[in-house]
Amino acid sequence: MTMINRLVHQGTFLPVLTVVASLIVIWYAGAVYLNSTQLIDRYQKKGVDWDISRLAQDAWKMERPVLPAPHQVGVELKKTVIDKRVTSKRSLVYHAGITLSSSLLGFALGTLLGIALAIGIVYVTTLDRSLMPWIIASQTVPILALAPMIIVVLGSIGITGLFPKSVISMYLCFFPVVVGMVKGLRSPEPILIDQMRTYSASPTQIFFKLRLPASIPFLFASLKVAIALSVVGAIVAELPTGGQGGLGARLLTGSYYGQITMIWSALIVASVVSALLVTAVGRLERIALRKLNGGQAVAV
Amino acid sequence: MTQTVQPGSAVVHTANLSLEFSTDDGPVHALSNINLDIAPGEFISLIGPSGCGKTTLLRVIADLETHTGGEIQVNGVSPREARESRAYGYVFQAPALYPWRTVRRNVMLPLEIMGVSRPEREARCAQYLDLVNLGGFENKYPWQLSGGMQQRVSIARALSVEPELLLMDEPFGALDEITRDHLNQQLLELWRKTGKTVVFVTHSIPEAVFLSSRVVVMSPRPGQVIDDISCNLPGERTLDIRETPEFLEIAHRVREGLKAGHSYDDD
Ligand SMILES: Nc1ncnc2c1ncn2[C@@H]1O[C@H](COP(=O)(O)OP(=O)(O)OP(=O)(O)O)[C@@H](O)[C@H]1O
Ligand SMILES: [Mg+2]
Repeated sequence: MTMINRLVHQGTFLPVLTVVASLIVIWYAGAVYLNSTQLIDRYQKKGVDWDISRLAQDAWKMERPVLPAPHQVGVELKKTVIDKRVTSKRSLVYHAGITLSSSLLGFALGTLLGIALAIGIVYVTTLDRSLMPWIIASQTVPILALAPMIIVVLGSIGITGLFPKSVISMYLCFFPVVVGMVKGLRSPEPILIDQMRTYSASPTQIFFKLRLPASIPFLFASLKVAIALSVVGAIVAELPTGGQGGLGARLLTGSYYGQITMIWSALIVASVVSALLVTAVGRLERIALRKLNGGQAVAV
Repeated sequence: MTQTVQPGSAVVHTANLSLEFSTDDGPVHALSNINLDIAPGEFISLIGPSGCGKTTLLRVIADLETHTGGEIQVNGVSPREARESRAYGYVFQAPALYPWRTVRRNVMLPLEIMGVSRPEREARCAQYLDLVNLGGFENKYPWQLSGGMQQRVSIARALSVEPELLLMDEPFGALDEITRDHLNQQLLELWRKTGKTVVFVTHSIPEAVFLSSRVVVMSPRPGQVIDDISCNLPGERTLDIRETPEFLEIAHRVREGLKAGHSYDDD
């Protein structure tokens, strides 16, 4: 409610509503269009007399649509999100919880790894030259190809469950954090570094009093990207581990059984989870920057 | 007219000091054969056209740049040792404040780094902010201050360290005339009271002559000293002194020196 109040207040309510409404209209139209081939085939076989309104009505209540209509997805969401107990294996909340926990663990690990690498790169010249190419190369390997291998390799040495999935989230997360933190730690102007020299400050003092605070806005910009990637990583990691649950497993099951509506519900829940996480990081960012800059929530 | 300083007691002593920057388009001769002795308690202005090496000379004294020829000593030791023993305070051409620190915490930054106790930090911060007329602005952030106020914070910060040697790089360059006059008087007052040694870079002839016990005129390419003028103006002076014949005479000599530097430049 407060969110809607704020939107109304900022005058963004109407534009947002318009966009959502148009998307739903397009979606309904798309459902008719994409399901029409199948339906028209059926009409012709049975010799049914049909017009566009009959086609639309049928297209929006198909058992196995190519593209389900929004309300069908809505019904499925109600069934799997609200009606089921959250401990049930059929509850999307249960699966979202699994995905969320491995995303968050991967995000935390990736952030720590990213910050550690960034500090190394900024402080050790040889690491700057030797590490960065590898870090960039790591992101050119398609994660879809890599994920099953990581799961299998870690599984073969007895590591299963949450951790291997988090490793894949971490693999995606650390990259924006390294790039942002390196930039952030290097962001203080030379004059400020020179000034620290005139105080004869130790490297530790320069780090904690100058480089680290200067890097905070850069860190948060990276974290917003990283948190969204961590959800992608967790879902990708759940695809090969289908049996163990998670939104990725639901996607796989849905496609295995041709349950397109199930896929769509899982997708929508996944985007809601991502959106909530990105919003949460955004809130933290505002708080942190406000604290850093004395009430002014802008980047330094 | 040049003062003679006992080499051993000099705060800054240079002999044939040179500095060559190596850049992509060949070496830049920023300083050449600088011979300068600065005695304790002197107020020295370095004046010269833009790019003549004033900042570079100050940075060599501060060990922010390393000379490539000749020799230099600060307090009888190498600039590096002097810096490490925190022998000087440096005011940069720009305010160089920390955007995430309040005025108070900006002033206390060097004191934190040097391990000064908290009560002492607070006391000095209040004292020097008052001196630059910024009492009451302790809890403001730099973005809430005008450019002139920011520069005054940066001066208060350099003073709070209470160094015996103060290196100032055009600290008042960006200020309006009135603020500048006011701060000139305060700086002079401070210098008279504390007997600090000041090396002050400026573009302004009246400012240099008003403040200094000695004006060093530099010429560009390569940066060298072309005149070294003692100003024996009375210790207690007001801005009115700028109208007296003595003052005008010294100002004239500085201007002649600068002109000579420029004609050298045009060759
Ligand atoms: N880091 C550097 N690398 C190469 N050349 C430099 C460097 N710093 C300064 N110079 C050159 O050295 C010369 C002197 O520069 P310096 O900054 O000391 O001049 P300045 O007298 O302080 O000028 P201004 O009055 O404009 O501040 C200039 O020609 C400049 O281009
Ligand atoms: Mg300069």
